[in-house]
Amino acid sequence: MQVVYDPELLSELERQAAAIRRAVVAMIAGAGHGHPGGGLSAVEIVTALYFRVLRVDPSRPHWEERDRFVLSKGHGAAAWYAALAARGYFSSDEFKGFRRTGGMLQGHPDMRKVPGVDMTSGSLGQGLSAALGMALAARYLGRSYRVYVLLGDGEMQEGQIWEAAMAASHWRADNLTAILDYNRVQLDGALSEIMEVEPVAAKWDAFGWHVIDCADGHSIPQLLEAFDRARTVVGRPAIIIAHTVKGKGVSFMEGQAAWHGVSDPSRLPEALREVCAR
Amino acid sequence: MRAPEKLAMRDAFAEAVVEALAEQPNLIVLDADVSKSTKSAIFAKAHPERFLNVGIAEQNMMSIAAGMAAAGMLPVVNTFAMLLTMRALDQLRQSVAYPQLNVKIMGHYAGLSAGPEGPTHHAIEDLGIVRSIPNITILVPCDASEAKASFHAALAHQGPVYLRLCRNPVPAVLDAPRPFTIGAGYELHPGHDLTIIGIGVMVARALDAADHLTGQGISARVVAMPCLKPIDRALIERAARETGAVVTAEEHNIYGGLGSAVAEVLGATCPVPMEQVGIADCFAESGEYFEIMDKYGLGVSDIVAACQRVLERKHLSYAPNARRCRGHSRARSAEV
Repeated sequence: MQVVYDPELLSELERQAAAIRRAVVAMIAGAGHGHPGGGLSAVEIVTALYFRVLRVDPSRPHWEERDRFVLSKGHGAAAWYAALAARGYFSSDEFKGFRRTGGMLQGHPDMRKVPGVDMTSGSLGQGLSAALGMALAARYLGRSYRVYVLLGDGEMQEGQIWEAAMAASHWRADNLTAILDYNRVQLDGALSEIMEVEPVAAKWDAFGWHVIDCADGHSIPQLLEAFDRARTVVGRPAIIIAHTVKGKGVSFMEGQAAWHGVSDPSRLPEALREVCAR
Repeated sequence: MRAPEKLAMRDAFAEAVVEALAEQPNLIVLDADVSKSTKSAIFAKAHPERFLNVGIAEQNMMSIAAGMAAAGMLPVVNTFAMLLTMRALDQLRQSVAYPQLNVKIMGHYAGLSAGPEGPTHHAIEDLGIVRSIPNITILVPCDASEAKASFHAALAHQGPVYLRLCRNPVPAVLDAPRPFTIGAGYELHPGHDLTIIGIGVMVARALDAADHLTGQGISARVVAMPCLKPIDRALIERAARETGAVVTAEEHNIYGGLGSAVAEVLGATCPVPMEQVGIADCFAESGEYFEIMDKYGLGVSDIVAACQRVLERKHLSYAPNARRCRGHSRARSAEV
């Protein structure tokens, strides 16, 4: 049953997503390096989170009852920074310092430097455990916040993901929602060539999670519906499997492992022109 | 001189952590399926509502603790030292040390104290590994009473702490509990010919060695260094200046631990002849704890021999025309 969302809300979120996508490319083009592929695949996911799903107050980044977000795939940092700035956590002037000496915005998220970053990440596989720790802390401290964690698909090759997956369902962490940015490409190539992770839904189901399929992880209404369903799950954690496109929005980057990082800095202005033209 | 009482550090820890919850309402204790060994099971029995067994998943435990600390809790993670500092090293570095999260890491069965379990379960590299990571305080108590005091100091300290504990009952070094200060060592036995700086269970052996040396007419100062990082530089420099020779004694590989830390301080302040007592860069073997300590170079006789070697070098360096830092230091303090 398709949920109908307010058209004004949808167009506002789509407008925000387009702005965040431009900011991601601009940030990376400004630095001359970074991770465009996995940042661009996550744009609509972070937009939905920061403009609709998360209960946060940018003027109080340390508010104890805030919902938490962990970017377990820390290399997607540009998308997170763009969403945080769009939401008002800090000025977009900071983008100029992205990955640069003396800048606030580190190559991978640093919770001690960036307002709104709830957990430091970078080494893959750790964020789901950290998010689970936050979710359990809510229970111990009697707080009502929820925890969201964005996972990469290549990241599921890390063993620790499955340690955390087992533990989260064992402890019935229903205040924890994972989102899988399922773009099917990792640094060295396609998942199918490097290390296949299918059957993904069956794996999470077998580990005791409620699995929600989101056929188009770039569709705002589909993402909103998935998040709404995740919130209603009782007694176990939920994962939204968001089918996305690596490098989404820049035609020559889409689906290309070469653009996990910046393979050719000379093409970044062209990428920026393309996302600005849309 | 020393009380004959032998108590295991893990028992002292278990007692301390049960007491601590009253003062630290956000405390939570985690273990990775070895709670009967680490004695965190005693806490689990007293406060099941604040105990979490994560199963055999040390990496998960470390990162969960990081997330809990980020959300305002005070997690105390427990398992064998070699698992915490090697299996979960990336998690310790990335998710705890770099973001300076308030996680207390209890390295149980450290050094050779897993004894008969063999080298797979010994931790002779942990201090060197952890010392090379920024932001972590490292505490190594010498007996049960200091284990308790250092645990309370770790809880009171804001930030990551690695606390190294021995499995076995060890001789009591301290006659009475002494206040524990992070960053401070202390003198246990006066002496002027040389200084033995001990850490952990080697402090008791250093005192025994000093007794032997007294019988040979050698006056050995004994200094305990229960805080490896930040290390008490002033105390080390003063010992070098006043006694002119230093021996370090640690239950750890000779690389990266106390000997390295002391050499770093001496090299930068007051270079004097120095000898290290430690494990000679090899894996040990299964065996009773105190037997393998003796077999792998950590015996009282090894400390005594190192003291004799360092004294010979000290006397050589006192040959006429030899430059010595004693003179330099005096000149410097005279200027002040």
